[in-house]
Amino acid sequence: MATVAAVIASTHHPFYYRASTATGADRPPFADAWVAKIEAFRETLTKARPDILVMVGSDHFHQLWLDNMPQFLVGKAPYFDANWYNEEREFGLPRMRLAGDEQLAGHILRNGLDAGFDLAFSNELRIDHSITCPIITLRPEADLPIVPIYTNIFAPPLPRPGRFVELGQTIRQLVESWPIDKRVAIIGTGHLSLELGGPRQFGAHGPDPEFDRKAVDWIASGDLDGCLAEVTLDSLHLPGNATHGFMDFMLMMGVAGAGAKADHVDSLDLFHTMEAYFTWYPNGVPA
Amino acid sequence: MSKYLLNKFLYTVDRDPQLVERYRTDAAGTVEWWERELANQVLNCVVAEKSTWLVFTDEERAALREHDHVRLFELGAHPFLTLTLFIAMFERDHGPLEYQKAYGRALQQHALPYPDIAT
Repeated sequence: MATVAAVIASTHHPFYYRASTATGADRPPFADAWVAKIEAFRETLTKARPDILVMVGSDHFHQLWLDNMPQFLVGKAPYFDANWYNEEREFGLPRMRLAGDEQLAGHILRNGLDAGFDLAFSNELRIDHSITCPIITLRPEADLPIVPIYTNIFAPPLPRPGRFVELGQTIRQLVESWPIDKRVAIIGTGHLSLELGGPRQFGAHGPDPEFDRKAVDWIASGDLDGCLAEVTLDSLHLPGNATHGFMDFMLMMGVAGAGAKADHVDSLDLFHTMEAYFTWYPNGVPA
Repeated sequence: MSKYLLNKFLYTVDRDPQLVERYRTDAAGTVEWWERELANQVLNCVVAEKSTWLVFTDEERAALREHDHVRLFELGAHPFLTLTLFIAMFERDHGPLEYQKAYGRALQQHALPYPDIAT
């Protein structure tokens, strides 16, 4: 049977690639501290020795559009090209190509449907920075096959937070029931408080540092009950108009399990938004 | 009101480098051409099978013609789409993050709840 080698939740900051590769006067003052935190975070995946990465993210109106919008979608294809013109333009992200694992994708689709999630699928999916950012930070070699899973945190009506948690719990069960002897890391990215295109954007910190502090505590301690008691589709408007991306963190709390304390917790207070990094080892910390 | 069509304009322009430049330099002409030629095109269908009913309101058309990101916000256009496209068009005229901060300041009069973006 497959083993969940690591569960990883992270923000996906599209500026990291440019900040970390800039030199001289172009290199921002926070770049070195950011790179150090990312390298420590990367090590948490490396030492888990994964064979396959399940990657949870959210398309930012790239391939998925309002004429045909899925709530949850699994990519099932031999390859995934990655990054889009507007991400090259705004963030300097490189074009990439990642291999897919169709067998695991098929297992998740079939058994996810049977478990009560009417998952959409795509056999030709160009993925965006919600998935390539964690590849760049956690596995820059981009040498492992992936199964991308997209969630809709972007185009209302959205599924409720509890549904994201349930999907995370189901993904964990689906990976553990895959009858193939592989080590699978489940990685998902979202946001803490975030404002995009509104009056609170691009401030000295994230738009709601108090929410960010609580969110990091919920995630680090696996406090699903506390998180679900406070977080609703309505409440997520308060910390910032793009904070619904926090539901992908809640999905990953579902993957990690209620009460599961993260084995690695780190954060970095940047302008515009706070970064946060979490790793769990469900089967014990690797030697 | 047609938030969907506003978003469709922003989406289809933002993903095309030539349309980004065309909209930057000739907003009125681009909006007029786009509404006539593209507003009713279903994005993954052949042109002959286009829609027949999509049209901007006068207010929406004016907001697009005037590059008025504040009005687009008020009309419920998706703020991510507006921000991304407007950064592509206007960040180049400003110092680092100047444009993004000014964009936010121009919206300061808006307290929660923001205009509904559901389509």
